[in-house]
Amino acid sequence: MAEEVLAFRNVTLGYDRHPAVHHLSGVVARGELIAVCGPNGAGKSTLLKGVMGLLSPLSGSIARPDDGRRIAYLPQAAEVDRSFPINVYDIVALGLWRRTGLLGGVSRADRERIAAAISAVGLDGFERRTIGTLSGGQMQRALFARLLMQDAEIILLDEPFTALDAATVRDLIALVERWHGEGRTVLAVLHDLELVRAHFPRTLLLARSPVEWGETRAVLTPSNLIKARHMCEAWDESAHACEAERAA
Amino acid sequence: MSPYDLFIAPFAEFDFMRRALVGVIALGLGAGPIGVLMMLRRMSLAGDAMAHAILPGAAVGFLAAGLNLFAMTIGGLVAGFAVAIGAGAVARATQMKEDAALAAFYLVSLALGVMLVSLRGSNVDLLHVLFGTVLALDDPTLLLIVGVSTVSMLTLAVLWRPMVVECVDPGFLRSVSRAGTPTHLVFLALVVLNLVGGFHALGTLLAVGLMMLPAATARFWASDLTALVLTAVLVACGSGVIGLLVSYHLGVPSGPAIILVAGGAYVLSVLVGPIGGILLRLMPRRHLEA
Repeated sequence: MAEEVLAFRNVTLGYDRHPAVHHLSGVVARGELIAVCGPNGAGKSTLLKGVMGLLSPLSGSIARPDDGRRIAYLPQAAEVDRSFPINVYDIVALGLWRRTGLLGGVSRADRERIAAAISAVGLDGFERRTIGTLSGGQMQRALFARLLMQDAEIILLDEPFTALDAATVRDLIALVERWHGEGRTVLAVLHDLELVRAHFPRTLLLARSPVEWGETRAVLTPSNLIKARHMCEAWDESAHACEAERAA
Repeated sequence: MSPYDLFIAPFAEFDFMRRALVGVIALGLGAGPIGVLMMLRRMSLAGDAMAHAILPGAAVGFLAAGLNLFAMTIGGLVAGFAVAIGAGAVARATQMKEDAALAAFYLVSLALGVMLVSLRGSNVDLLHVLFGTVLALDDPTLLLIVGVSTVSMLTLAVLWRPMVVECVDPGFLRSVSRAGTPTHLVFLALVVLNLVGGFHALGTLLAVGLMMLPAATARFWASDLTALVLTAVLVACGSGVIGLLVSYHLGVPSGPAIILVAGGAYVLSVLVGPIGGILLRLMPRRHLEA
Protein backbone atom coordinates (compact mmCIF):
# COMPACT_ATOMS: atom_id res chain seq x y z
CA MET A 1 0.00 0.00 0.00
CA ALA A 2 1.38 3.41 -0.99
CA GLU A 3 1.89 6.04 1.67
CA GLU A 4 -1.25 7.87 2.85
CA VAL A 5 -1.19 11.56 1.97
CA LEU A 6 -4.71 12.50 3.05
CA ALA A 7 -7.01 10.86 5.58
CA PHE A 8 -10.62 11.80 6.27
CA ARG A 9 -11.75 10.62 9.69
CA ASN A 10 -15.52 10.82 9.97
CA VAL A 11 -15.24 14.41 8.83
CA THR A 12 -18.21 16.77 8.56
CA LEU A 13 -17.69 20.11 6.85
CA GLY A 14 -20.29 22.81 6.46
CA TYR A 15 -21.53 26.31 6.97
CA ASP A 16 -23.48 27.63 9.96
CA ARG A 17 -23.67 24.12 11.46
CA HIS A 18 -25.40 22.80 8.30
CA PRO A 19 -23.30 19.97 6.89
CA ALA A 20 -22.19 20.22 3.26
CA VAL A 21 -20.01 17.11 3.57
CA HIS A 22 -21.46 14.67 6.09
CA HIS A 23 -19.45 11.93 7.84
CA LEU A 24 -16.82 11.19 5.22
CA SER A 25 -14.14 8.66 6.01
CA GLY A 26 -11.39 7.36 3.76
CA VAL A 27 -7.78 7.73 2.76
CA VAL A 28 -5.98 8.99 -0.30
CA ALA A 29 -2.71 7.26 -1.16
CA ARG A 30 0.25 8.96 -2.79
CA GLY A 31 -0.01 9.12 -6.56
CA GLU A 32 -3.75 8.48 -6.79
CA LEU A 33 -5.79 10.21 -9.50
CA ILE A 34 -9.26 10.67 -8.02
CA ALA A 35 -12.38 12.26 -9.48
CA VAL A 36 -14.86 13.76 -7.01
CA CYS A 37 -18.31 13.54 -8.56
CA GLY A 38 -21.84 14.33 -7.43
CA PRO A 39 -24.80 16.62 -8.10
CA ASN A 40 -24.68 20.39 -7.51
CA GLY A 41 -24.67 21.06 -3.79
CA ALA A 42 -23.11 17.68 -3.00
CA GLY A 43 -20.25 19.23 -1.05
CA LYS A 44 -17.49 18.65 -3.58
CA SER A 45 -16.03 22.17 -3.47
CA THR A 46 -16.49 22.24 0.30
CA LEU A 47 -14.44 19.06 0.55
CA LEU A 48 -11.53 20.63 -1.35
CA LYS A 49 -11.72 23.74 0.84
CA GLY A 50 -11.55 21.45 3.86
CA VAL A 51 -8.47 19.71 2.46
CA MET A 52 -6.84 23.11 1.89
CA GLY A 53 -7.63 24.10 5.48
CA LEU A 54 -9.72 27.06 4.28
CA LEU A 55 -12.67 25.59 6.19
CA SER A 56 -12.43 23.88 9.59
CA PRO A 57 -14.38 20.65 10.08
CA LEU A 58 -17.59 20.87 12.13
CA SER A 59 -16.58 17.47 13.47
CA GLY A 60 -14.08 14.74 12.66
CA SER A 61 -10.71 15.55 11.16
CA ILE A 62 -8.69 15.70 7.97
CA ALA A 63 -5.07 14.59 8.19
CA ARG A 64 -2.90 16.25 5.56
CA PRO A 65 0.80 16.98 5.15
CA ASP A 66 1.99 19.47 7.78
CA ASP A 67 3.86 21.35 5.13
CA GLY A 68 1.21 23.27 3.19
CA ARG A 69 3.72 23.68 0.36
CA ARG A 70 2.82 20.22 -0.79
CA ILE A 71 -0.76 21.13 -1.77
CA ALA A 72 -1.81 23.28 -4.73
CA TYR A 73 -5.41 24.30 -5.26
CA LEU A 74 -7.29 25.64 -8.26
CA PRO A 75 -10.70 26.82 -7.03
CA GLN A 76 -13.88 26.67 -9.07
CA ALA A 77 -14.07 29.60 -11.51
CA ALA A 78 -10.97 30.93 -9.75
CA GLU A 79 -11.77 34.27 -8.16
CA VAL A 80 -9.26 36.03 -10.36
CA ASP A 81 -10.05 39.69 -11.02
CA ARG A 82 -9.76 39.66 -14.81
CA SER A 83 -9.77 43.45 -15.01
CA PHE A 84 -6.58 43.64 -12.94
CA PRO A 85 -3.62 44.96 -14.96
CA ILE A 86 -1.36 41.90 -14.70
CA ASN A 87 0.09 39.87 -17.56
CA VAL A 88 0.25 36.13 -18.20
CA TYR A 89 3.94 35.90 -17.29
CA ASP A 90 3.40 37.47 -13.86
CA ILE A 91 0.30 35.38 -13.10
CA VAL A 92 2.25 32.20 -13.90
CA ALA A 93 5.26 33.45 -11.89
CA LEU A 94 2.99 33.65 -8.82
CA GLY A 95 3.31 29.86 -8.72
CA LEU A 96 6.79 30.45 -7.26
CA TRP A 97 5.26 32.13 -4.19
CA ARG A 98 6.11 29.40 -1.70
CA ARG A 99 9.78 29.73 -2.57
CA THR A 100 10.14 33.45 -3.21
CA GLY A 101 7.75 34.73 -0.53
CA LEU A 102 7.65 38.48 0.02
CA LEU A 103 11.04 39.54 -1.23
CA GLY A 104 12.78 36.56 -2.85
CA GLY A 105 14.08 37.12 -6.35
CA VAL A 106 13.30 35.17 -9.51
CA SER A 107 16.45 33.39 -10.75
CA ARG A 108 17.43 32.62 -14.32
CA ALA A 109 16.44 28.98 -13.73
CA ASP A 110 13.03 30.19 -12.48
CA ARG A 111 12.55 32.27 -15.60
CA GLU A 112 13.32 29.24 -17.72
CA ARG A 113 10.78 27.21 -15.75
CA ILE A 114 8.15 29.93 -16.20
CA ALA A 115 8.78 29.97 -19.96
CA ALA A 116 8.57 26.16 -20.04
CA ALA A 117 5.28 26.17 -18.07
CA ILE A 118 3.74 28.77 -20.38
CA SER A 119 4.87 26.72 -23.34
CA ALA A 120 3.53 23.47 -21.82
CA VAL A 121 -0.01 24.91 -21.69
CA GLY A 122 0.25 26.24 -25.25
CA LEU A 123 0.41 29.95 -24.42
CA ASP A 124 3.68 30.77 -26.20
CA GLY A 125 3.64 34.38 -27.32
CA PHE A 126 1.01 35.36 -24.72
CA GLU A 127 3.53 36.26 -21.99
CA ARG A 128 2.96 40.02 -22.11
CA ARG A 129 -0.78 39.89 -22.70
CA THR A 130 -2.84 41.21 -19.78
CA ILE A 131 -5.22 38.61 -18.39
CA GLY A 132 -8.23 40.74 -19.28
CA THR A 133 -7.57 40.03 -22.97
CA LEU A 134 -7.56 36.23 -22.59
CA SER A 135 -10.44 33.93 -23.47
CA GLY A 136 -11.85 31.64 -20.77
CA GLY A 137 -9.82 28.73 -22.10
CA GLN A 138 -6.59 30.73 -22.29
CA MET A 139 -7.11 31.95 -18.72
CA GLN A 140 -7.55 28.37 -17.50
CA ARG A 141 -4.38 27.38 -19.39
CA ALA A 142 -2.52 30.20 -17.62
CA LEU A 143 -3.81 28.98 -14.24
CA PHE A 144 -2.66 25.44 -15.08
CA ALA A 145 0.78 26.88 -15.91
CA ARG A 146 0.76 28.45 -12.45
CA LEU A 147 -0.06 25.02 -10.97
CA LEU A 148 2.95 23.62 -12.88
CA MET A 149 5.13 26.26 -11.22
CA GLN A 150 3.81 25.32 -7.77
CA ASP A 151 5.36 21.88 -8.19
CA ALA A 152 3.03 20.48 -5.49
CA GLU A 153 2.69 16.88 -4.42
CA ILE A 154 -1.06 17.10 -4.02
CA ILE A 155 -3.11 19.01 -6.60
CA LEU A 156 -6.76 19.91 -6.00
CA LEU A 157 -8.80 20.98 -9.03
CA ASP A 158 -12.36 22.26 -8.65
CA GLU A 159 -14.30 21.87 -11.91
CA PRO A 160 -11.20 22.70 -13.95
CA PHE A 161 -12.74 21.93 -17.34
CA THR A 162 -16.09 23.70 -17.03
CA ALA A 163 -16.97 25.86 -20.06
CA LEU A 164 -13.85 24.85 -21.99
CA ASP A 165 -13.73 23.58 -25.58
CA ALA A 166 -12.68 20.03 -26.43
CA ALA A 167 -9.14 20.95 -27.52
CA THR A 168 -8.44 22.84 -24.29
CA VAL A 169 -9.85 20.01 -22.17
CA ARG A 170 -7.69 17.53 -24.09
CA ASP A 171 -4.53 19.60 -23.51
CA LEU A 172 -5.24 20.19 -19.84
CA ILE A 173 -6.22 16.59 -19.11
CA ALA A 174 -2.87 15.61 -20.66
CA LEU A 175 -1.21 17.76 -17.98
CA VAL A 176 -3.28 16.06 -15.27
CA GLU A 177 -2.14 12.67 -16.59
CA ARG A 178 1.44 13.92 -16.66
CA TRP A 179 1.15 14.83 -12.96
CA HIS A 180 -0.28 11.38 -12.28
CA GLY A 181 2.65 9.84 -14.17
CA GLU A 182 5.08 11.86 -12.01
CA GLY A 183 3.57 10.30 -8.88
CA ARG A 184 1.66 13.39 -7.77
CA THR A 185 -1.73 12.98 -6.12
CA VAL A 186 -4.63 14.67 -7.93
CA LEU A 187 -8.19 15.21 -6.70
CA ALA A 188 -10.44 16.79 -9.32
CA VAL A 189 -14.09 17.79 -8.97
CA LEU A 190 -15.73 16.92 -12.28
CA HIS A 191 -19.20 16.73 -13.80
CA ASP A 192 -18.35 15.08 -17.13
CA LEU A 193 -18.72 11.40 -16.24
CA GLU A 194 -17.40 10.25 -19.63
CA LEU A 195 -14.21 12.18 -18.96
CA VAL A 196 -14.00 10.62 -15.50
CA ARG A 197 -14.48 7.09 -16.87
CA ALA A 198 -11.83 7.70 -19.54
CA HIS A 199 -9.09 9.27 -17.43
CA PHE A 200 -9.66 8.81 -13.69
CA PRO A 201 -8.95 5.39 -12.16
CA ARG A 202 -10.72 6.19 -8.86
CA THR A 203 -13.84 8.16 -7.98
CA LEU A 204 -15.51 9.50 -4.86
CA LEU A 205 -19.22 9.89 -5.47
CA LEU A 206 -20.44 12.46 -2.99
CA ALA A 207 -23.97 13.61 -2.24
CA ARG A 208 -23.31 15.43 0.99
CA SER A 209 -22.75 11.99 2.51
CA PRO A 210 -20.39 9.73 0.57
CA VAL A 211 -22.31 7.38 -1.75
CA GLU A 212 -19.32 5.28 -2.74
CA TRP A 213 -15.57 5.63 -3.06
CA GLY A 214 -13.40 3.26 -5.08
CA GLU A 215 -12.69 2.07 -8.61
CA THR A 216 -14.42 4.43 -11.03
CA ARG A 217 -16.20 1.61 -12.86
CA ALA A 218 -17.69 0.28 -9.64
CA VAL A 219 -18.66 3.74 -8.33
CA LEU A 220 -20.31 5.36 -11.34
CA THR A 221 -23.16 2.85 -11.68
CA PRO A 222 -26.69 3.93 -12.63
CA SER A 223 -28.03 2.96 -9.20
CA ASN A 224 -25.33 4.95 -7.35
CA LEU A 225 -25.98 8.00 -9.54
CA ILE A 226 -29.73 7.88 -8.85
CA LYS A 227 -29.03 7.47 -5.14
CA ALA A 228 -26.71 10.50 -5.21
CA ARG A 229 -29.34 12.65 -6.89
CA HIS A 230 -31.93 11.85 -4.21
CA MET A 231 -29.58 12.35 -1.29
CA CYS A 232 -28.67 15.86 -2.27
CA GLU A 233 -31.99 17.61 -1.69
CA ALA A 234 -31.89 17.58 2.10
CA TRP A 235 -30.98 21.09 3.36
CA ASP A 236 -33.32 21.85 6.24
CA GLU A 237 -33.50 25.20 8.04
CA SER A 238 -35.03 23.52 11.12
CA ALA A 239 -32.87 20.37 11.15
CA HIS A 240 -32.11 18.77 14.51
CA ALA A 241 -28.60 18.19 15.80
CA CYS A 242 -26.96 15.20 14.11
CA GLU A 243 -27.54 11.96 16.10
CA ALA A 244 -24.48 10.27 14.61
CA GLU A 245 -22.31 13.02 16.03
CA ARG A 246 -23.86 12.59 19.48
CA ALA A 247 -23.24 8.83 19.30
CA ALA A 248 -19.63 9.42 18.29
CA MET B 1 4.27 87.41 -16.99
CA SER B 2 7.39 85.36 -17.70
CA PRO B 3 7.52 81.61 -17.15
CA TYR B 4 9.87 82.31 -14.25
CA ASP B 5 7.30 84.53 -12.56
CA LEU B 6 4.60 82.02 -13.29
CA PHE B 7 6.24 78.78 -12.16
CA ILE B 8 9.41 79.46 -10.19
CA ALA B 9 9.14 82.81 -8.45
CA PRO B 10 6.37 81.85 -5.99
CA PHE B 11 8.54 78.99 -4.69
CA ALA B 12 11.81 80.92 -4.90
CA GLU B 13 10.49 83.91 -3.02
CA PHE B 14 8.30 82.44 -0.32
CA ASP B 15 9.31 79.97 2.33
CA PHE B 16 5.70 78.89 2.95
CA MET B 17 5.33 77.97 -0.74
CA ARG B 18 8.48 75.86 -0.62
CA ARG B 19 7.18 74.06 2.45
CA ALA B 20 3.85 73.50 0.74
CA LEU B 21 5.71 72.15 -2.31
CA VAL B 22 7.60 69.61 -0.22
CA GLY B 23 4.34 68.71 1.56
CA VAL B 24 2.29 68.04 -1.57
CA ILE B 25 5.08 66.09 -3.29
CA ALA B 26 5.52 63.90 -0.19
CA LEU B 27 1.76 63.38 -0.03
CA GLY B 28 1.63 62.50 -3.73
CA LEU B 29 4.42 59.92 -3.41
CA GLY B 30 2.51 58.00 -0.73
CA ALA B 31 -1.04 58.59 -1.88
CA GLY B 32 -0.40 57.67 -5.54
CA PRO B 33 0.32 53.94 -5.15
CA ILE B 34 -2.18 53.58 -2.29
CA GLY B 35 -4.90 55.16 -4.41
CA VAL B 36 -4.12 52.76 -7.27
CA LEU B 37 -4.42 49.74 -4.97
CA MET B 38 -7.68 51.10 -3.50
CA MET B 39 -9.11 51.58 -6.96
CA LEU B 40 -8.05 48.10 -8.10
CA ARG B 41 -9.63 46.64 -4.95
CA ARG B 42 -12.82 48.52 -5.78
CA MET B 43 -12.41 50.43 -2.52
CA SER B 44 -12.50 53.90 -4.09
CA LEU B 45 -15.32 54.99 -1.81
CA ALA B 46 -13.84 53.31 1.25
CA GLY B 47 -11.26 56.11 1.41
CA ASP B 48 -14.06 58.62 1.73
CA ALA B 49 -15.67 56.61 4.50
CA MET B 50 -12.33 56.42 6.27
CA ALA B 51 -11.88 60.18 6.00
CA HIS B 52 -15.24 60.62 7.72
CA ALA B 53 -14.06 58.21 10.41
CA ILE B 54 -10.90 60.20 11.06
CA LEU B 55 -12.69 63.52 11.37
CA PRO B 56 -14.21 62.89 14.83
CA GLY B 57 -10.87 61.64 16.17
CA ALA B 58 -9.11 64.75 14.99
CA ALA B 59 -11.93 66.87 16.39
CA VAL B 60 -11.62 65.25 19.79
CA GLY B 61 -7.85 65.87 19.70
CA PHE B 62 -8.59 69.49 18.84
CA LEU B 63 -11.07 69.77 21.74
CA ALA B 64 -8.62 68.29 24.18
CA ALA B 65 -5.54 70.27 23.21
CA GLY B 66 -6.50 72.93 20.69
CA LEU B 67 -4.68 73.24 17.38
CA ASN B 68 -2.05 70.77 18.51
CA LEU B 69 -0.44 68.60 15.83
CA PHE B 70 0.26 65.71 18.15
CA ALA B 71 -3.21 65.54 19.73
CA MET B 72 -5.07 65.85 16.44
CA THR B 73 -2.84 63.30 14.74
CA ILE B 74 -3.22 60.79 17.55
CA GLY B 75 -6.98 61.38 17.63
CA GLY B 76 -7.26 60.88 13.88
CA LEU B 77 -5.06 57.79 13.92
CA VAL B 78 -6.97 56.17 16.79
CA ALA B 79 -10.36 56.79 15.18
CA GLY B 80 -9.12 55.75 11.73
CA PHE B 81 -7.41 52.56 12.92
CA ALA B 82 -10.38 51.60 15.10
CA VAL B 83 -12.74 51.90 12.15
CA ALA B 84 -10.42 50.36 9.53
CA ILE B 85 -9.27 47.44 11.63
CA GLY B 86 -12.70 46.90 13.21
CA ALA B 87 -14.41 46.83 9.80
CA GLY B 88 -11.65 44.67 8.29
CA ALA B 89 -11.85 42.20 11.19
CA VAL B 90 -15.67 41.98 11.10
CA ALA B 91 -15.60 41.42 7.33
CA ARG B 92 -13.15 38.56 7.70
CA ALA B 93 -14.63 36.95 10.81
CA THR B 94 -18.30 37.08 9.75
CA GLN B 95 -20.32 36.78 6.57
CA MET B 96 -20.58 40.58 6.29
CA LYS B 97 -18.93 42.25 3.30
CA GLU B 98 -16.31 44.88 4.02
CA ASP B 99 -18.21 47.82 2.49
CA ALA B 100 -21.17 47.25 4.81
CA ALA B 101 -18.93 46.77 7.86
CA LEU B 102 -17.02 49.93 7.00
CA ALA B 103 -20.24 51.92 6.60
CA ALA B 104 -21.44 50.72 10.00
CA PHE B 105 -18.16 51.57 11.73
CA TYR B 106 -17.59 54.98 10.18
CA LEU B 107 -21.16 56.11 10.85
CA VAL B 108 -20.77 55.17 14.52
CA SER B 109 -17.43 56.98 14.64
CA LEU B 110 -18.92 60.08 13.03
CA ALA B 111 -21.89 60.13 15.41
CA LEU B 112 -19.62 59.60 18.39
CA GLY B 113 -17.45 62.50 17.27
CA VAL B 114 -20.41 64.83 16.88
CA MET B 115 -21.72 63.73 20.29
CA LEU B 116 -18.37 64.41 21.99
CA VAL B 117 -18.05 67.81 20.37
CA SER B 118 -21.56 68.83 21.39
CA LEU B 119 -21.13 67.55 24.97
CA ARG B 120 -18.14 69.79 25.30
CA GLY B 121 -20.47 72.59 24.28
CA SER B 122 -17.85 74.74 22.65
CA ASN B 123 -18.17 76.45 19.32
CA VAL B 124 -15.12 74.89 17.78
CA ASP B 125 -13.61 76.16 14.60
CA LEU B 126 -12.93 72.96 12.74
CA LEU B 127 -12.11 74.61 9.43
CA HIS B 128 -8.53 73.51 9.84
CA VAL B 129 -9.54 69.87 10.08
CA LEU B 130 -12.03 70.16 7.26
CA PHE B 131 -9.95 72.06 4.74
CA GLY B 132 -6.36 71.92 5.94
CA THR B 133 -3.70 74.58 5.79
CA VAL B 134 -1.19 73.58 3.18
CA LEU B 135 0.25 77.10 3.11
CA ALA B 136 0.99 77.03 6.83
CA LEU B 137 2.93 73.80 7.28
CA ASP B 138 5.32 74.16 10.20
CA ASP B 139 8.36 71.92 10.75
CA PRO B 140 6.66 69.23 12.85
CA THR B 141 3.74 68.97 10.40
CA LEU B 142 6.08 68.74 7.44
CA LEU B 143 8.10 66.07 9.21
CA LEU B 144 4.90 64.15 9.91
CA ILE B 145 3.84 64.28 6.25
CA VAL B 146 7.28 63.27 4.98
CA GLY B 147 7.48 60.55 7.64
CA VAL B 148 4.10 59.13 6.61
CA SER B 149 5.20 59.15 2.99
CA THR B 150 8.47 57.36 3.82
CA VAL B 151 6.74 54.72 5.96
CA SER B 152 4.16 54.19 3.20
CA MET B 153 6.73 53.67 0.47
CA LEU B 154 8.88 51.34 2.58
CA THR B 155 5.85 49.29 3.65
CA LEU B 156 4.58 49.08 0.09
CA ALA B 157 8.01 47.97 -1.10
CA VAL B 158 8.05 45.09 1.39
CA LEU B 159 4.39 44.04 1.06
CA TRP B 160 3.87 44.83 -2.63
CA ARG B 161 3.56 41.19 -3.70
CA PRO B 162 0.86 40.11 -1.23
CA MET B 163 -0.98 43.41 -1.73
CA VAL B 164 -1.11 42.84 -5.47
CA VAL B 165 -2.01 39.16 -5.20
CA GLU B 166 -4.72 40.01 -2.67
CA CYS B 167 -6.29 42.21 -5.34
CA VAL B 168 -5.89 39.96 -8.34
CA ASP B 169 -6.47 36.51 -6.84
CA PRO B 170 -7.27 36.46 -3.11
CA GLY B 171 -8.16 32.76 -3.28
CA PHE B 172 -4.66 31.92 -4.50
CA LEU B 173 -3.07 34.00 -1.74
CA ARG B 174 -5.14 32.13 0.86
CA SER B 175 -4.00 28.82 -0.60
CA VAL B 176 -0.28 29.62 -0.49
CA SER B 177 0.10 31.95 2.45
CA ARG B 178 -1.45 33.30 5.60
CA ALA B 179 -0.28 36.79 4.68
CA GLY B 180 -3.69 37.82 3.29
CA THR B 181 -5.41 39.14 6.41
CA PRO B 182 -2.37 40.87 7.97
CA THR B 183 -1.52 42.41 4.59
CA HIS B 184 -5.04 43.74 4.23
CA LEU B 185 -4.97 45.25 7.71
CA VAL B 186 -1.56 46.84 7.06
CA PHE B 187 -2.96 48.26 3.84
CA LEU B 188 -5.94 49.79 5.67
CA ALA B 189 -3.52 51.20 8.24
CA LEU B 190 -1.51 52.82 5.42
CA VAL B 191 -4.72 54.38 4.08
CA VAL B 192 -5.45 55.85 7.52
CA LEU B 193 -1.86 57.07 7.94
CA ASN B 194 -1.93 58.84 4.58
CA LEU B 195 -5.32 60.40 5.27
CA VAL B 196 -4.11 61.65 8.63
CA GLY B 197 -0.94 62.96 6.98
CA GLY B 198 -3.05 64.55 4.29
CA PHE B 199 -5.56 66.23 6.56
CA HIS B 200 -3.05 68.73 7.91
CA ALA B 201 -2.46 69.96 4.37
CA LEU B 202 -5.76 69.38 2.63
CA GLY B 203 -8.29 68.59 5.33
CA THR B 204 -9.79 65.18 6.04
CA LEU B 205 -12.28 65.16 3.20
CA LEU B 206 -10.04 66.55 0.49
CA ALA B 207 -7.13 64.28 1.46
CA VAL B 208 -9.00 61.41 -0.19
CA GLY B 209 -8.98 63.42 -3.40
CA LEU B 210 -5.21 63.28 -3.73
CA MET B 211 -5.45 59.51 -3.30
CA MET B 212 -8.32 58.61 -5.63
CA LEU B 213 -8.34 61.21 -8.42
CA PRO B 214 -4.77 60.52 -9.63
CA ALA B 215 -5.44 56.75 -9.52
CA ALA B 216 -8.65 57.13 -11.51
CA THR B 217 -6.84 59.42 -13.96
CA ALA B 218 -3.99 56.95 -14.42
CA ARG B 219 -6.43 54.21 -15.47
CA PHE B 220 -6.98 56.11 -18.74
CA TRP B 221 -3.27 56.32 -19.55
CA ALA B 222 -1.62 53.13 -18.35
CA SER B 223 -2.46 49.46 -18.68
CA ASP B 224 0.14 47.76 -16.50
CA LEU B 225 0.51 48.12 -12.78
CA THR B 226 3.92 49.79 -12.67
CA ALA B 227 2.89 52.40 -15.23
CA LEU B 228 -0.38 52.94 -13.34
CA VAL B 229 1.46 53.67 -10.10
CA LEU B 230 4.02 55.95 -11.77
CA THR B 231 1.28 57.86 -13.61
CA ALA B 232 -0.76 58.23 -10.42
CA VAL B 233 2.26 59.58 -8.51
CA LEU B 234 3.02 61.96 -11.36
CA VAL B 235 -0.58 63.20 -11.49
CA ALA B 236 -0.75 63.56 -7.69
CA CYS B 237 2.51 65.51 -7.43
CA GLY B 238 1.72 67.52 -10.58
CA SER B 239 -1.74 68.44 -9.26
CA GLY B 240 -0.14 69.49 -5.99
CA VAL B 241 2.37 71.79 -7.69
CA ILE B 242 -0.08 73.26 -10.22
CA GLY B 243 -2.75 73.60 -7.54
CA LEU B 244 -0.36 75.58 -5.34
CA LEU B 245 0.51 77.88 -8.26
CA VAL B 246 -3.17 78.37 -9.12
CA SER B 247 -3.90 79.14 -5.50
CA TYR B 248 -0.98 81.60 -5.34
CA HIS B 249 -1.74 83.46 -8.55
CA LEU B 250 -5.52 83.57 -8.28
CA GLY B 251 -5.71 83.98 -4.53
CA VAL B 252 -7.99 80.97 -4.04
CA PRO B 253 -7.78 78.41 -1.18
CA SER B 254 -4.96 75.97 -1.87
CA GLY B 255 -6.51 72.65 -0.73
CA PRO B 256 -9.53 72.81 -3.04
CA ALA B 257 -7.32 74.22 -5.82
CA ILE B 258 -5.05 71.16 -5.67
CA ILE B 259 -7.99 68.74 -5.73
CA LEU B 260 -9.70 70.68 -8.52
CA VAL B 261 -6.56 70.46 -10.65
CA ALA B 262 -6.53 66.69 -10.04
CA GLY B 263 -10.24 66.69 -10.93
CA GLY B 264 -9.46 68.58 -14.12
CA ALA B 265 -6.82 65.98 -15.03
CA TYR B 266 -9.42 63.28 -14.44
CA VAL B 267 -12.08 64.91 -16.63
CA LEU B 268 -9.52 65.48 -19.38
CA SER B 269 -8.46 61.83 -19.17
CA VAL B 270 -12.04 60.56 -19.32
CA LEU B 271 -12.39 62.52 -22.54
CA VAL B 272 -9.07 62.01 -24.33
CA GLY B 273 -7.31 59.19 -22.44
CA PRO B 274 -5.81 56.62 -24.85
CA ILE B 275 -7.11 53.68 -22.81
CA GLY B 276 -10.89 53.66 -22.95
CA GLY B 277 -11.31 57.45 -23.22
CA ILE B 278 -14.62 58.70 -24.64
CA LEU B 279 -13.16 60.47 -27.67
CA LEU B 280 -11.27 57.41 -28.81
CA ARG B 281 -14.41 55.31 -28.51
CA LEU B 282 -16.44 57.74 -30.54
CA MET B 283 -13.82 58.05 -33.25
CA PRO B 284 -14.76 55.86 -36.22
CA ARG B 285 -11.80 53.57 -36.79
CA ARG B 286 -11.51 50.43 -38.90
CA HIS B 287 -11.30 47.22 -36.97
CA LEU B 288 -8.08 45.22 -36.96
CA GLU B 289 -7.33 41.94 -38.70
CA ALA B 290 -6.55 39.95 -35.56
